[in-house]
Amino acid sequence: MNVVEVADLSVRYGSATALDGVSLSVAAGERVALVGSNGAGKSSLLNALSGVVAKAAGTAVVHGRFAHVPEGRQLFRELSVEDNLRLGAFRVRDRDTSWLYSLLPKLERLRKRRAGALSGGQQQLVAIARGLMARPDVLAIDEMSLGLAPLVVRELSRLLLRLNAERGLTVLLVEQSARVALGICTRAYVLESGRIVAHGTTAELARSAFVRSAYLGDSAEAAS
Amino acid sequence: MSAFFSYLVHGIALGCSFALLASGIIIIYRVTRVVNLAQGTFAVVAAFTTATLTEAGLPHGAAEFVGVLGAATVGLVTGVVAIAKRGTRPAASLIATLGFAILGYAFEILIWGEEPRSFGGLEGSFHVFDLEFPRQYGLVVIVTLIVFGLLELFLERSYAGKALTACASNPFAAKLVGISVVRMGLFGFALGGAFGGVAGILITPLAPLSYDSDVSLFVSGFASAIVAGLERPLLALGGGLVMGVAEALVAGYSRASYQTAFALSLALVLLLVQGLRRPAAQLADE
Repeated sequence: MNVVEVADLSVRYGSATALDGVSLSVAAGERVALVGSNGAGKSSLLNALSGVVAKAAGTAVVHGRFAHVPEGRQLFRELSVEDNLRLGAFRVRDRDTSWLYSLLPKLERLRKRRAGALSGGQQQLVAIARGLMARPDVLAIDEMSLGLAPLVVRELSRLLLRLNAERGLTVLLVEQSARVALGICTRAYVLESGRIVAHGTTAELARSAFVRSAYLGDSAEAAS
Repeated sequence: MSAFFSYLVHGIALGCSFALLASGIIIIYRVTRVVNLAQGTFAVVAAFTTATLTEAGLPHGAAEFVGVLGAATVGLVTGVVAIAKRGTRPAASLIATLGFAILGYAFEILIWGEEPRSFGGLEGSFHVFDLEFPRQYGLVVIVTLIVFGLLELFLERSYAGKALTACASNPFAAKLVGISVVRMGLFGFALGGAFGGVAGILITPLAPLSYDSDVSLFVSGFASAIVAGLERPLLALGGGLVMGVAEALVAGYSRASYQTAFALSLALVLLLVQGLRRPAAQLADE
C-alpha cells in the first residue's frame, strides 16, 4: 500500500518552474531517497507534500500522518528543546515527551537547553525528534547530512534505520549527498531541473554509470 | 528638586501606559512583521466605550472590562483587514493599518463626537516627600505590573504563548508543525488591541482623550517599542518607562506640546542608528 502518491506534480515560483510533471510513489515502511543537485526540485516536492507551497498542477497525497524535517533544521531557536518537541505535537495534541527521551536518551540531557545554542548535530537530532512528536507514518527529512560531521551523519543514519525497522516508519530522504542517501534507503529517485531522470533500487542506481559519474564519483562502491 | 521628583512620578505613570501600547506593537510586529499604525486607536476606542458605559450607569470594573474587550475586538478586525488575505506583504499590511486608523476617526466622530471624553478614575491622592499625587498614578503602575506579569506567564508557561513565540521565531517551521501563522497573527492583533485598551482606560482619567489622540499615543508607544528593541514584549516595560520619564521631563522643563515631537525624534534617531548598525553587523558576520 502506497503512503505517498505524487502524480504529474508541477510547482512554480513566479515564472520559474521548480517541478515539472513529477510522479512517484512510496510504499508503507519503505526508505526512499530523492537525490539531485541544488535546485533540482527536491525540497519543493517535500514542501508540496507538506502543503506549504501551492501546486501548479497534479496531485501530491500522503495517506497518514506526515512530518517534514526541513533543510537547515529550522528550530525555534529562542525556545528550549522541550518546547520545540512539544510544539512538534501541535497537530496530534499528545504532548508527552517522555517516550521520546526513552527512545533518544541523548535528548534528555538537552531538554532545558535553548535550541539555538546547540551544535549542528544536536539541532538535527532535535529537528528529527520534533518531527517524531507528530507521531508520523511518513518522516521526510530534507538535507539531513548538510554541514554535519561524518560521525554525526552515521549516528543519525543508524537512528533512521532503527525507526524504520522497529516502528515501521516510512522514510523519505532528500539528499544532495547521494552516498548518504543510497546508504540509508532501499529505493531512490534522481531529480534534475524539476524532473525525474532516473529511479530504481539503490543497488541498481549505485551500479548505473550515469549516477556513478554525476553523483558518486569514484566512491560508488561505498553505497552498495 | 521637588519639580524633578514630580515630573519623575508623572513620567512613571505615563510610561506605564506607553509600555502597554508598546508591548501591543511588539506582540503584533513579532508575529506578523507589521508595525500596527492603528495601535493608538485601540486606546481611544476603549476609553470612549468606557466613558459612555460609566455615563450610562454601568459600574467601574464592568465598564472598563467591556472597553478592553471592545478594543480587543477592534484589534482583531484590524488584523483581519491587514493580514488575513494570504500572501499580503508586510508593507501592504502596514498601509492597511494606517487606513484602518484613519477610518477609525470617522467612526469615532460619528459615534462619540469631536469633544474630548473622560471618566472618573481612582479618587483621592497620596503623598511622597510632601508632594501630592493622584491615586490613579498608583493604579496605573499596579495594573501595568499585573498585566505584564500575566503576559510573562502567558508567553513563558502556556502552550499558546509558546506557539506565538514559535511563529515569531520561525514562521516556516511553525507552518510545518501545523501552527496557523495567520491565526496566530490575528490573535496577536487581538492581544495588542487589549493591551492598547488597558493603556487607554488607565490614562484617560488623568488626561481626557479625543478621537485624534491616537497619533500621539502611537508615536509614544512606538518610540518605547523601538527603545525596547521591537523583539521582546516584556522589555517594553523598560522602554515605556524611559520614554514616559523623558517625555515628562521635556514637558515639565520646556513645553508639553514638545512631548510628541520629542518621542518622534527619538524614534527616528534610534531607527537610523539601528539601520546603520545592522549592515555593519551583517558585514561583520560575513
